[in-house]
Order: sequence, then C-alpha cells, then structure tokens
Amino acid sequence: METNRVAITGIGAMCGLGNSMDEVWKNLIAGKSGISTMENVDLTNWPVQFAGQVKDFEISEDILDKKQQKRFDRFIHFALHCTDEAMKQANLENAYDPLMVGSIFGTGLGGLPEIEKTAITLHEKGPRRISPFFIPAFIPNMAPGMISMKYGFKGVNYATSSACASASHAIGAAANEIMLGRQDAVITGGSEAVLTNLSMAGFSSMKALSKWNDKPSEASRPFDKDRNGFVMGEGAGIIILENLEKAKARGANILAELVGHGATADAYHITSPHPEGEGTVPCMQQALRDAGIKPEDIDYINAHGTSTPLGDIAETNAIKNVFGDHAYKLTVSSTKSMHGHLLGAAGGLESVICIKALIEGVIPPTINLENQDPECDLNYTANRAVEKDMIYALNNSFGFGGTNSTTIFKKYSK
Amino acid sequence: MEMQNKVIAIVSEAANVEAANISATTSFVDDLNLDSLDMVEMMMKMEEEFGVEIPEEKTEDLKTINDVTVYLKNNAN
Repeated sequence: METNRVAITGIGAMCGLGNSMDEVWKNLIAGKSGISTMENVDLTNWPVQFAGQVKDFEISEDILDKKQQKRFDRFIHFALHCTDEAMKQANLENAYDPLMVGSIFGTGLGGLPEIEKTAITLHEKGPRRISPFFIPAFIPNMAPGMISMKYGFKGVNYATSSACASASHAIGAAANEIMLGRQDAVITGGSEAVLTNLSMAGFSSMKALSKWNDKPSEASRPFDKDRNGFVMGEGAGIIILENLEKAKARGANILAELVGHGATADAYHITSPHPEGEGTVPCMQQALRDAGIKPEDIDYINAHGTSTPLGDIAETNAIKNVFGDHAYKLTVSSTKSMHGHLLGAAGGLESVICIKALIEGVIPPTINLENQDPECDLNYTANRAVEKDMIYALNNSFGFGGTNSTTIFKKYSK
Repeated sequence: MEMQNKVIAIVSEAANVEAANISATTSFVDDLNLDSLDMVEMMMKMEEEFGVEIPEEKTEDLKTINDVTVYLKNNAN
C-alpha cells in the first residue's frame, strides 16, 4: 500500500539537563549528568532521594495564564512548554485546516501528584473539599486536550498510556495518521512528572530503583557491571509530524523523517523483560520492515537501556539477535545515564535525541560506563560523544506489562 | 463592608480580575465569565473562609457579589 512520507518539522525537549532542546543537547553531548539529590521537597521517609529533576521551571504566562497554571498538574505544564518550543520551530499555526491537525500524546502515570495530594485532602477534610478541577487536572488526555484548546487544532486527540513505552506508542500512532492521510500534522511525544513520595516508594518497593543516595550522578549506569536499578527522571519530548509533501509545499524546514514503527508484547511477565527478547526482537524487526530497510542500514540505536541488571542484558541480546554481526558495527547509547528514566515520556525525549543526532552527526554517550558488563558487549559510546555520519537511527522503548515499541528515524536529504 | 471586601478578594483571585474592577453588582457569569467549575471552586473557598455551608441548590441563586455577601451575613454563626 502506498502511504504518505512523514516529516518532522518541530521538536521540543526538557528534562534534568535543561528546559529547552538546545540546552538539553549541549549537556548531552558534553556527557553531563542531570541527576542529583531532589530539591524543594521534604525528603523524610523517601527511600530514594535523587532523580533527574527538572530545575528552575515555571511555565510562561504567555503559554498558560496564572489562573490556569494552578489547575493543571506538572506533566501538563511540561507538555505545553515543549509544544510551544516545537510549534515555534515548525511554524504550524494556520498552516492547515484545523480538522487535519491533531495531537496524540503519551504519559505513563499522568497526574499522579495531584491524585496523591487530593487523596490526603479527602482523608483529612472529606469529599466536600475536593476541588472541581481535580479530575481535569490529572487525566492523561488533558495534555493533548490543552494543546487542542491552545492552538485550535480539531483533529484526532487522545493520550496513550503504556508505562515506559507511552510516548513511543503515541509517536507510532501519530505517524499512522499521517501515513494514511487522515491528518496533515500531529503533535506527539510525551511528558511525565511523577517525582513524588508515592511513586518513588512504589518503584522502590519493586526494587527497580538504584539506591545510591550518596552518589546520585553515578547511579544511572546502563551496561556497567555495577548498575543496580534505574533512576527516575521527569520531563517531556515533543515532535511535530507532518505529511512530507505538504510540509515541502508550504516551505517548512524538514528536520528528519519518521520511516518505521513496530509494536509488540512479550506475553511473559508483568515487569521482567523476556531474557531472549521474544517480544523486543520482532518489535525491532517490524519497525525495519515498516521502513523497508535492512538491519545493516541502522547506524545508531538509542537503547531503552534503563540501567537495570536484567533489562540491559535482555536488550543487548535482542539487538544481537536482530542485527547479527552488524550489532557490533552500529553504535548504541543509553542517554538515560544522563537524564534518568522519564517513564512514559522516555520515548518522546529519546526520539527527539535521535532526530538531533541525525541532524548534528553526533551520538551522545552512555556515561558512567566504567567497567562494561561482559554480557553487554556492544559499542555503547562509553562516556564521550562521538561524531558519526548517520542515515538511520532507531529508538527502543519497553514498558511494564511487557509492552514494546520501536521507532526508526531517517536523516532528511532534499 | 468588611465582609464584602473579603468576598471580592476571593472572587478576584478566582476570576483573575483585579479587585478594583469588581463591585457589589458584579455578576459572576455575565461580567466575570466564570464557568460552572469556577463557581464550585469559588463557593468552596467562601465556605472555608467564612465557615458557612452553602448548599449546592443555593449556589444557583447567588449570582453577584451582593447575593453572596447577603447570604453569608444571614447564615453566619
């Protein structure tokens, strides 16, 4: 079936490394850690006290006025902030029929902080003190909902939630809308902001988190033999997808193309990855088929690489299974070593990083990779960014529930 | 008068409109464009501030600053 090509015409990002794409990128290629002890919070009774926390952030009143600011949870602020950045780059306003522009947006836990806070109000003061804005403040689809209201886009509008693959699934679904001609442009990606006592206690009970409270910037160390769990992060990554021919016709600056997407399930365990990659191998293969390319065409993989003992080995095995000898020639990195794990927003931020890598010809490193685990024997771009001319970059996102999502981006040449 | 000023202060915050532009006859819906959720939230703040319960069916009759002030005065403990 002949489908439309998908262009990327705008990107936006924020995380512990900075609140704009340029700042995040500068710190990524410098190999800096955005992970530190949590600020502005009472850490009594917090088992894990550090994260990739967004710092010095207050949303501009031009984006969301003061009255509205208090009504929406932090993940919505992030979504609007990064969308503003991407929108300015894409210059999308008034470009299309409003019905042909949509937003599909991923978040894993939505407005959990608001739920946590309001549950306390319910217990202490009773149901009559629950704000009428409680529900709109936390529902996951209020992020794309607010984007539609802000810009007047009346096309497809919903949220995806698939744990740590949420944003990646959103991007895949958004690409389908363009490929099939249902939409001319879709704002996609994801955002997450759940650095709260409840969520960190929950992940901590699962023994999923690193507990290196005394050396936070070294705690996220994917593929290193001393890795001991993931490090929570928060932030967002936004991509504007557009019908390539129409983007060209309106003179938009095309940053890259989205050429393939795959999505599968492990059908194995609620939280553990299948050790041989029974779900992740076909996921990457599906994305390659979708793109119409061979495994040897992939130059860079931005790995899911969360720094958990099992996950990093399982992903390495899956990459070797899919790529054979080429697995040792392509370049892998896990930028989670620097920004932590953005959960539902991970695939958004990391897709944006892939796009930036293709544009700049630079691969950001995996930091803290001091003693490589012998079972993780690929080239993970240890500690220093490398320059490399690339055509294809692949991003993996895997989530609890055994869900997998892979996206492939291509450098754009006129 | 003091009570009216307190009411105006709460409304001013809820509507994001300066207190100087709000008077006794200001209507929540017609002048300040408050929607149904804004109204619920504002009435909750009134209840908290003045310790007076405003039953849901009553809120529909409270259309202006003066309506609320009078209601609060008549129902104060």
